Amino acid sequence: MKNEWPLWEVFIRGQHGLAHRHVGSLHAPDAEMAIRHARDVYTRRNEGVSIWVVKASDIAASAPGEKEPLFDPSNAKIYRHPTFYDIPDEVGHM
Amino acid sequence: MTTAVKTDAALFELALRMGDNALILAQRVGAWCGHAPILEEDIALANVALDLIGQTKMWLGLAGEIEGKGRSADDLAFLRDARAFRNSLLVEQPNGDFAMTLMRQFLFDAFHHPMLVGLKSSADARIAEIAEKAEKEARYHRERSEDLVIRLGDGTEESRARMQGALDALYPFAGELALADAIDAELATRKIAPDLAAIGARVCDYLKTVFAEATLNAPWDAAVRKGGKQGAHSEELGYILAEMQWLQRAYPGAKW
Repeated sequence: MKNEWPLWEVFIRGQHGLAHRHVGSLHAPDAEMAIRHARDVYTRRNEGVSIWVVKASDIAASAPGEKEPLFDPSNAKIYRHPTFYDIPDEVGHM
Repeated sequence: MTTAVKTDAALFELALRMGDNALILAQRVGAWCGHAPILEEDIALANVALDLIGQTKMWLGLAGEIEGKGRSADDLAFLRDARAFRNSLLVEQPNGDFAMTLMRQFLFDAFHHPMLVGLKSSADARIAEIAEKAEKEARYHRERSEDLVIRLGDGTEESRARMQGALDALYPFAGELALADAIDAELATRKIAPDLAAIGARVCDYLKTVFAEATLNAPWDAAVRKGGKQGAHSEELGYILAEMQWLQRAYPGAKW
């Protein structure tokens, strides 16, 4: 529909979180109103300290069909995980 | 030891006026729940209504305390008759279309926020405390309604016509909010409430700026429709109370 407001993706930085996390989406005519709507829809229970909104159409995403070539090759490469070190006891919990 | 309770009449009136404005507007706005033009606006309106209900609980709770006759906020909300309500005529006006609801909200917010800012420095600590909490909510309400009034006023031909119609219909009710009577004068002298004339002048300047930006023309010289603050309401309030109070009236003391 031509008259429908564009879709915005909403990211909220939580009370204790360092990074903004995707929480959902909503419709709004522009960024200012998208932030207001996000405040009303997604922070009613005191969830956030900061809001980002971005037009859903501005997000470039990887194609689900390319999942295999993109992600499978890293599957068997356990040497990429830093699990081959001996950590001295004195270091304690890491 | 018992102390005789003497009700501070002016203070009681102030708490009722603030509480009843919030309560009746919340009841009106709450009726949009599930019916607003879009989902996001629906939730935003419900948030505003719930903010106002929260404020009502504080104001009417304080009113009961000041009165000293053991009436709770619920007793005052659900068991008073229309003549005992002290809300302004503006907030009891019907929802109409979205333009009417929005304009009513904006005209109320335009007064409500500076009033609460004034009450934050009330000589009565309980009033200052409630105002401190409510002022932040009212500031957001005003930002939101101001933004929408400008967008829709300076919008399409249809949205502008609807907003102008709403302003013509509702502006005459706005003046009552800042129109001082003897009670307001007493409260101002006692430093319990701000001087309403000063608030009214500030609201007027603010409305002029916003309506200019929204390309709307307010009927500035229209006669002020008043009486609600003193308990003389339009017939609208009777219908609102019938819906709001019937359960407590039909089943006294019902709880869930």
